[in-house]
Amino acid sequence: MSQVPLSHILIVSTALFFIGMYGLFTRRNMITMLMSVELLLNSVNINFVAFNKYLYPDKLEGVFFTLFIIAIAAAEAAVTIAIIINLYRNFHSIDVEATGEMKF
Amino acid sequence: MSASAVVFYILSFFILGTGLLAVTSRKIFRSAIWLLFSLTGIAGLYFWLQMEFIAAVQIVVYVGGIVVLIIFSIFLTQQSGKDLPAPVRKRAIFSGSVVCAGFVLTCLLLRYPFRPLGHPVAGAGLENMGATASVGNIGAQMLSTSEYGYVLPFEVISILLLAAMIGCIVIAIKIKPEDK
Repeated sequence: MSQVPLSHILIVSTALFFIGMYGLFTRRNMITMLMSVELLLNSVNINFVAFNKYLYPDKLEGVFFTLFIIAIAAAEAAVTIAIIINLYRNFHSIDVEATGEMKF
Repeated sequence: MSASAVVFYILSFFILGTGLLAVTSRKIFRSAIWLLFSLTGIAGLYFWLQMEFIAAVQIVVYVGGIVVLIIFSIFLTQQSGKDLPAPVRKRAIFSGSVVCAGFVLTCLLLRYPFRPLGHPVAGAGLENMGATASVGNIGAQMLSTSEYGYVLPFEVISILLLAAMIGCIVIAIKIKPEDK
């Protein structure tokens, strides 16, 4: 793996970040927006692991940041899905433009 | 080009292609399945970087947990056979151009030569990483209370997960009409 320079891995994670950004901009369904957010978090994780591996191979800080980001992403996905189910129960739609009011 | 470089480029195209399909597919269930493939490809990338523990965590938490949760919520809230509405053309063009501009700008920044701070590690080969990133070392540093130990964030995140669990139950609980 030492033949691949660090910048190629960073280009891959940048492309993944902007793919997720495109999904976040164009989609209007809450579940697909959640999927885009997961892609964004994953691109950040790739960055952390690649920097740790290439620049500080004797340390573990990037690994810990990745693990904590994964844990927070799991909590965030669970809360989002609870909100989605609540929203569907009240509006019968999870389109973000169909929900005009915050209080039910 | 060596075999490991070929594996890296195949993995990258797999991740990016399935990720692109995940954000553009018009059927929501297919979109979730493409996301699953993309996350599995990222786990393969961690294997390629010799981070076996993170790859395992990625598969267990993302593929086994989050995608399954997303598929459950699709079945609870959507008619998954129906197409999603196409994005508004003006918005799609605008966001596509913004995203392309951002990607080009960030790639220009990536020409910066990244170097480690301070003195380089003696004989810092990428080969001696395997021993450092072992599960034993990760566990020992995560639960150590000395300097550079991660026991405080570990405990904080356990509180966060508990709070998220209680919050999910409170948000998604069904209130009977007479209780309102």
